[in-house]
Amino acid sequence: MTFGVVVFPGSNCDHDCHHLVSRVLRQPVRYLWHGESRPPRVDCMILPGGFSYGDYLRTGAIARLSPVMAAVRRHAARGGAVIGICNGFQILLEAGLLPGAMLRNRSLRFVCRYVFLRTESRRTPFTRALPPGRVLHVPVAHGEGNYVCDAATLRRLRREGCVVFRYAAADGRVGDDVNPNGSVDNIAGICSARGNVLGMMPHPERCAEPALGSTDGRELFHSLLRTAARRRA
Amino acid sequence: MQANGAWTAEVFITLKPSVLDPQGHTVQQALRDLGYRDLASARLGKYFVLAFPGRLSRAEVERQVRRMCEQLLVNPVIERYRLAVNRERVRP
Repeated sequence: MTFGVVVFPGSNCDHDCHHLVSRVLRQPVRYLWHGESRPPRVDCMILPGGFSYGDYLRTGAIARLSPVMAAVRRHAARGGAVIGICNGFQILLEAGLLPGAMLRNRSLRFVCRYVFLRTESRRTPFTRALPPGRVLHVPVAHGEGNYVCDAATLRRLRREGCVVFRYAAADGRVGDDVNPNGSVDNIAGICSARGNVLGMMPHPERCAEPALGSTDGRELFHSLLRTAARRRA
Repeated sequence: MQANGAWTAEVFITLKPSVLDPQGHTVQQALRDLGYRDLASARLGKYFVLAFPGRLSRAEVERQVRRMCEQLLVNPVIERYRLAVNRERVRP
């Protein structure tokens, strides 16, 4: 499977994402510069974390106007896999590829620590191969991870299995007390109705090797590779 | 302030009332701690000053500013805005 890591001015997790794919997953991967309106086609597009355009105006607001986003839209419309991590998730929200918006953390603090996530849906290729309710140990690092959406959108997300991850305790119990940012319904990640576009605040690329303390992050990509292989067979 | 024919559009953006504003709340608490016990609430917003040449009509300036708000300046999911268009140059 081929991967593309989109790089915006201010993206800073692009190298970690590239490393995850090339060294850990051992799959072909290239950087896709934000200025390319017709980048080479890849099977999976990764929108990495960071501070694109310095988070000026609103986080992700200016990045969504980059020429490469037209290609991301086309890829998503074709059913191609897209994963937006942290700032990448914020960009997908501003671009309208995922519903809702992101606010500043309720505590007003930048939170940088490990959290537990409960896998709530297997609608996306990133979670299809995971057992239901699988708890993942993944780090977050964000000041604006407070996901919000209106009541109708939340109902639809829940009904269609588009809430993919919720903040939880180690035993999988979801709760406000283990939510690092105050997001609605303790949501940590959501997907599009078709399931091919995933947005999540935590960083799976930072926990994909034993030396980093957790390998749960690479499970999302193993699931993606297994699902893709199954579909091609 | 001098009238010079150019347009100045001011855009005031705030979070929708239904959206939690922890920054506003924190500022409110700080002001109350300073002694302003009558303060009922405080909310933070953004303020833009956009300049346009005088040859445009007021209607055209308003039209363009509203489009700018819809396309970039405002996130309609969580923010709302109002604008004021004036002929004089405004010192921010």
